[in-house]
Amino acid sequence: MKVKEVLINGIIKENPTFRLVLGMCPTLALTTAAINGVGMGLAVVFVLALSNLFISLLRNFIPDKVRIPAFVVIIAAFVTIVDMIMHAYTPGLYDALGLYIPLIVVNCIILARAESFASKNGPFLSFMDGVGMGLGFTIALVLLGTIRELLGAGSVFGYKILGEGSITGLSFLSNIEPAIIMILPPGAFFTLGLLLALLNKLTDRKKQA
Amino acid sequence: MDYAVKLFLILLSSILVNNFIMSRFLGICPFLGVSKRVSTAMGMGLAVTFVIAMSSVITYLAHHFILVKLNMEYMQTLAFILIIAALVQFVEMVIQKTSPSLYQALGVYLPLITTNCAVLGVAIINIEEGYDLLQTLINGTGSALGFTLAIVLFAGIRERLEQSDIPKPMQGFPIAMITAGLMSVAFLGFQGLIK
Repeated sequence: MKVKEVLINGIIKENPTFRLVLGMCPTLALTTAAINGVGMGLAVVFVLALSNLFISLLRNFIPDKVRIPAFVVIIAAFVTIVDMIMHAYTPGLYDALGLYIPLIVVNCIILARAESFASKNGPFLSFMDGVGMGLGFTIALVLLGTIRELLGAGSVFGYKILGEGSITGLSFLSNIEPAIIMILPPGAFFTLGLLLALLNKLTDRKKQA
Repeated sequence: MDYAVKLFLILLSSILVNNFIMSRFLGICPFLGVSKRVSTAMGMGLAVTFVIAMSSVITYLAHHFILVKLNMEYMQTLAFILIIAALVQFVEMVIQKTSPSLYQALGVYLPLITTNCAVLGVAIINIEEGYDLLQTLINGTGSALGFTLAIVLFAGIRERLEQSDIPKPMQGFPIAMITAGLMSVAFLGFQGLIK
């Protein structure tokens, strides 16, 4: 397999959120704002790429029977590193993501990639697979976060678009009142459900054409 | 007396107000994966309740008597996930030996629980909130009961959904998400219950 294929596979063909529907907890919980998506996404890219790399390097030394605990320990080590780095350098983002940073350990995407890709492929390809999957996850989070932030709080990355004080200065935009429910928990389910339905519709049409 | 009231509030809040699935989004994977039948949902709920109640007590003890004493709180994530993985394995073996019928009922769900973020989530929340041992146990059990409540209700709705005429692109995950969203609106109604 080529590097490019592996990358694209993670971002589009097997997008962890939209195609595999894995790692739903942070996807739903953190997408109240687009910036959270960026932070969480990049943390996952880091953990996924490095844990894939190390699992691939160690794949011939880890006995088959204890591979899952071994994978989990490797993943947990990288999560702890991310946790400490974010705590030190991006305290604001660290507070916003809170509980969900340590919970990267139990994110199904990471263990799934370790099991299905890194334990069977070479280190370089595994690393790229981690980057691709991580970026696919990041894109999905940012997309969801942007939609929810725009509809729920009227802003995108903190810039006010809808409602009073819109930076666009267009009166029809400032007359639209944001619906707070979109940044409350139900909004997460609705947005993801409708996006998945839209995606099904599009792929269906593509197949028929 | 105040203490008893506080315990009751923790229980109520963990079951209804801060319901694990509906407002904290923990344990979504089993929530979507194992909710096609009410009976399997019930099995999963019981298995999770059992493991969470035990793991919250053990992680509490490990945190306060090992990690804090050694000044190694930063190893929390690593230590907790190992404890949970070992515990799940242990519980599985014990149930298999002592109660084959319960093992039959819970069997397949037990290994899945290790990667259920609700278990690790509740352990971390307990530490962050500074609960004592009894409060930890109550919060753990309450959260797990809330999880069971949500997953069983959801499975009940999904059983009905299977017989309805759903537009093709909405079938499967999309309609499940919308359903969960509507349930979440209902749970939002509990928000004002506790100040």
